[in-house]
Amino acid sequence: MRVVGKPLAKVDARAKVTGSTLYADDLIFSDTLFCKLLRSPHPYARIKHMDLNAAKAVEGVVAVITGNDLPVKYGILPISQDEHALESEKVRYVGDPVAAVAAFDEETAALAAEKIRVEYEVLDPVTSIEEALSEPTDEPIHDYGGPANIHKMAALSFGDLEAGFAEADHIREDVFFYGGNTHLPMEQHSAIATYVNGKLTLWSSTQTPHYVHRTISKVLDLPMQAIRVVATPHGGGFGGKTDPFSHELAVCKLAMVTGKPVKCTLTREEVFYAHRGRHPVLMWVRTGMKSNGRITAMHFKTALDGGAYGSYGVATMFYTGALQTTTYDIPAYRFEGARVFTNKAPCGPKRGHGTPQPRFALELHLDKMAEDLGLDPVEVRRRNYVSPNTTTVNWLRITSCGLEEITDQVLQASSYVNRQRAVGHGMGFAVASYLCGAGLPIYWNKLPHSECLIKLDRGGVTVYCGATDIGQGSDTVIATLVAEELGLWPSDIRLVTGDTGFAPVDLGSYSSRVTFMAGNAALDAARKLRNLLAEVAAESMGCLPGEIVTGDGKFGTLSFEETTQLAQERFGAISTVGSYRPPDLAGPYKGSGVGPSPAYSYSAAVVDIDVDPETGIIKVNKVWLAHDIGRSINPVSVRGQVEGGVYMGLGEALMEEQAYRKAMPKQPSMLDYKSLTSVDMPEVETILVETDDPEGPYGAKEVGQGPLLPVVPAVVSAVHDALGVWIDQVPVTPDKIMKALDAKAKGQAPRFGPKSFPDIAYPQYVKVDTPHVATQAI
Amino acid sequence: MSDSVIANFDVNGRSREVLVKPYHTLLEILREDLGLTGTKHGCELGECGACTVLVDGLPQLSCLLLPHQVEGKEITTIEGLAEGDELHPLQEAFVEAGAVQCGYCTPSMLLTAKALLEGDPSPSRQEIAEALSGNLCRCTGYEAITRAVELAATRMDT
Repeated sequence: MRVVGKPLAKVDARAKVTGSTLYADDLIFSDTLFCKLLRSPHPYARIKHMDLNAAKAVEGVVAVITGNDLPVKYGILPISQDEHALESEKVRYVGDPVAAVAAFDEETAALAAEKIRVEYEVLDPVTSIEEALSEPTDEPIHDYGGPANIHKMAALSFGDLEAGFAEADHIREDVFFYGGNTHLPMEQHSAIATYVNGKLTLWSSTQTPHYVHRTISKVLDLPMQAIRVVATPHGGGFGGKTDPFSHELAVCKLAMVTGKPVKCTLTREEVFYAHRGRHPVLMWVRTGMKSNGRITAMHFKTALDGGAYGSYGVATMFYTGALQTTTYDIPAYRFEGARVFTNKAPCGPKRGHGTPQPRFALELHLDKMAEDLGLDPVEVRRRNYVSPNTTTVNWLRITSCGLEEITDQVLQASSYVNRQRAVGHGMGFAVASYLCGAGLPIYWNKLPHSECLIKLDRGGVTVYCGATDIGQGSDTVIATLVAEELGLWPSDIRLVTGDTGFAPVDLGSYSSRVTFMAGNAALDAARKLRNLLAEVAAESMGCLPGEIVTGDGKFGTLSFEETTQLAQERFGAISTVGSYRPPDLAGPYKGSGVGPSPAYSYSAAVVDIDVDPETGIIKVNKVWLAHDIGRSINPVSVRGQVEGGVYMGLGEALMEEQAYRKAMPKQPSMLDYKSLTSVDMPEVETILVETDDPEGPYGAKEVGQGPLLPVVPAVVSAVHDALGVWIDQVPVTPDKIMKALDAKAKGQAPRFGPKSFPDIAYPQYVKVDTPHVATQAI
Repeated sequence: MSDSVIANFDVNGRSREVLVKPYHTLLEILREDLGLTGTKHGCELGECGACTVLVDGLPQLSCLLLPHQVEGKEITTIEGLAEGDELHPLQEAFVEAGAVQCGYCTPSMLLTAKALLEGDPSPSRQEIAEALSGNLCRCTGYEAITRAVELAATRMDT
C-alpha cells in the first residue's frame, strides 16, 4: 500500500501549528451577542420564584430566558429524557443552569446574570451511592426510576452459574471502588448560533453533531431540515462533548428570540459542572476457578453514582458488565448493575465508557486469585483468553483477536517475567479489550451509521462525511483511505466533515467507531469512484479495468486529471456514495444492545514503578503498551492515541478525581484538579500488533480508548508487587498506600479499599440461553 | 469608553496602538481586539498555559498580563512563528512527529519550545519536560511533543 500504514502528516496539522485553525470560540459573526448562563449554587433545591427585572434593566442586555422558554425535556438516550436546557422547578446539582442572558458583550451578560433573583427552597442533597439506595429525606431527585433514588437496574445471567461455582476448586470475592474523574479537555465548551430565514445553524465544540441536531429539533420544535449543526475543529473531547448541552440549546433559542448570532463559551469552572465524566463505581466480584486457573463461573455486581441526570448512564451501567467476557472465556456469568441519582454533576461517557472501572476490578481480582492458588498471574489470564472467531457467553461475536501476541510482545519488551524484585520497586501486567464502535445506534433505527459522499470535479476530490475529528485524526483516516483507493496523497483530498447540513450522516465520535464505520463508508464510496475511473482509463488505454494500476497521481499511464476529464466527458457530473451499517449482532435478550461491536481491539500493559514506603509516593518509570490495532492506517496517529491513552490512564490511576464535599465540588479548577504534567509522564514504549480484522477498513480496528484500560490495574498491580499491599480503590493516592501499609504492619488485611458492597434489591435476573460457545478445554 | 487607555506594543514585528480597558488581559486584547485567535484560552487563571505568548522572547501567560505590563514590549504569538509560508523548524517537527492531536495547546507548546531552544539549542529530554511543564496537554501524553522538540533541536543545531 502506498499511503495506508505510512507515517504521513495529519491533514489538519499544518493549520494547527500556525494557529489558523478556527475553534468554536474563535468564531465571531457580525453583530454577535454573548450569552451567560446562571447556574444553581445549591446541590438540591426547589425554585420558588425568579425575578428577571433587574437583569433585564441592565444596559446592553437584549434577552433573558428561563426554563419557561425551553419547556421540552431531552436527554441523549431515548429512555432518559430527564433534562431541561434551563430548569424552572428544581435544581439537582451545583451548576444546574436556570437562566440565560444575551447581551452586547460577555461582561454585561455576566453582570446581568448575577442580577437575576432566584428564591430557592433548599432540599437535603443525596451525596453518595449508599444514600441514594435508602429512602430519601426529601422527594426523589427524579420522578422516574426507583425505588429511592435508583435510576436503573439490570440483572442478566448466562449459563449455569451455580453449576460453575460447584465445579470450582477455589472461590473468591472482592470489592473495589473506582473514583469518578473528568475529561478536562483543554478547550472549554463553546457554541455560536445564527437564525436566518427560518433556518438555524449551530457551530459547536461537539463530538456528536447528529445527536445535537436531533435534540435541537425536539426542544425548539423545529423541523430537522431547518437545522444545521457544524462540529468545529475540536480542542479535546474524550467523551465530554457527546451530550447535547444547555449552552448549545440556549444560544439556539436566544438566536431565534433576538434574530442575532449568539455565542456562549463556558468558563473553566463551568466545564467541571458540565462534566458527564467517569462514573464512580462500586463493584463486587465473585469468581470460581479450577486449581489450574481456569475460570468456571463469575458473578459481577456494580453500583454507579450517576450524578443528577440520566445522560448515557443506562448504557454506562450495562457497559460495567458487558466486556468482561471479551478477554476471558467465562462459561457461566451473571451481571447485576444499578445506577443511582445523586445531587452531583451528571456523569456520562469518558474514554472507555463504563469499562475501565470493571476492568480495574477484574484484572486485580484475577491477580488475587492467582496468588491464592500459587499460580502465575499471566498464566492464569492466558488459560482463560478468548480465541478468535468465537462467541462469548453473553453473545458477543469475537473475530480478530491478538491477545496472545500482545501478551507475548509486552512481556518480552518489558522483561516482566525476569523483573528485579526489591521492596519499593514493582511491575504490573494487565490486559483489556474495547469496542470498534457500538453495534447499535443510540436511538433505534435501521439506517446506516455512517455515510460518505465523494464529489469529483476536474481533478479535485472532495469527501463529505459527517464524521467529527476531535483531534484523534479521523479526517486523516478518511483522507488516507480515499487517497489509497484513488492513487493520490491524503493532502490532495478536500474534506467536509462534522457538518449535518452539508455532509451525510455519521453518528459521531464516540465508542471508537469512526475509523471502522466512517472508514468503511469512505472506502465504499472510494472504491465505486475508483471502478468508474478505471473503466474510462482502461477504455482509453485499450486494456481491462482490472489491469489499471493506480498511484502517484496516475490511473495507468493517464494522469489523475486526464482520467477525471475523460470520466466527466462520458458521465457528466460525478459523485459516488458509500455507507456502513454494522451487522446485526445483538443477542436475544433485553440489554443486549450494549456490548456488541463489529470488532474488538486488545491492549496489554506493563507498568514499572518505584513507590516510597515512607511516603507512599509513586514514581512511574516506564509503561509498555502492546495494542492489537488490526492495521494502522497512520502509525504516527496510532502511536499518539496509545500514548494519550496511557497518559490518561495514569492520571486516573494516580491522581485525577472529581471529588465533592457534601455534594459541593471540591476542585472545579485546573489548579486543584490534578493531572500529569510533562515532568510526571514516564517513557511509553508502544508495540503495535496487526491482526488484519476481516471487516475493518484495510483490516483496521480502534485505538482511541482501548489502551487506557489496562494501565489502571497494571499500576495497582505494580504497587502490590512493590509493597505487598492491595489498593482496591483508585486514584491510588499516597494516603491510601500508607493506610494499607499501616494495616499490614498491624497484621490486618494488607489492603485499602471499600469494606463491603451494599445490599441492593436487584430485579430477578433474566436467564439467557447461551450461544454455541467454542469453549477451551477445562 | 471613558475608562479606556491606549496601549502600545509590538505584535509579531508590527507596532500596534490599541484602545483597551485597563483591566482587560493581553489574552483578550490579542483575541478580541486584534483578531489573533491563534492564542488559546483554557482557564483564564494561569493554570493551563494554553495562552502562552512570548514577551521580549520569554514565555508569559497572556491571561495574567495587563496592558500596562506589556507597554512597549515585543510580543510574539503563534501567528508570528512561520516566515511567510515557510514553517519554523519546530512547527515542521510538530507536524512530522505527530505532536498535534486536537491542537489546542499546540501554539503554547511551540512558543515555549522556541524560547527554550533559543536559550539552550540542545536540551535533554528532562530539560524539555521541565520547560513544558507549565503547559498542559490532554491528548498526547507529552511524548510526541518532547520528540518533536528534540527533532527540531537536532535540525536547528546543524
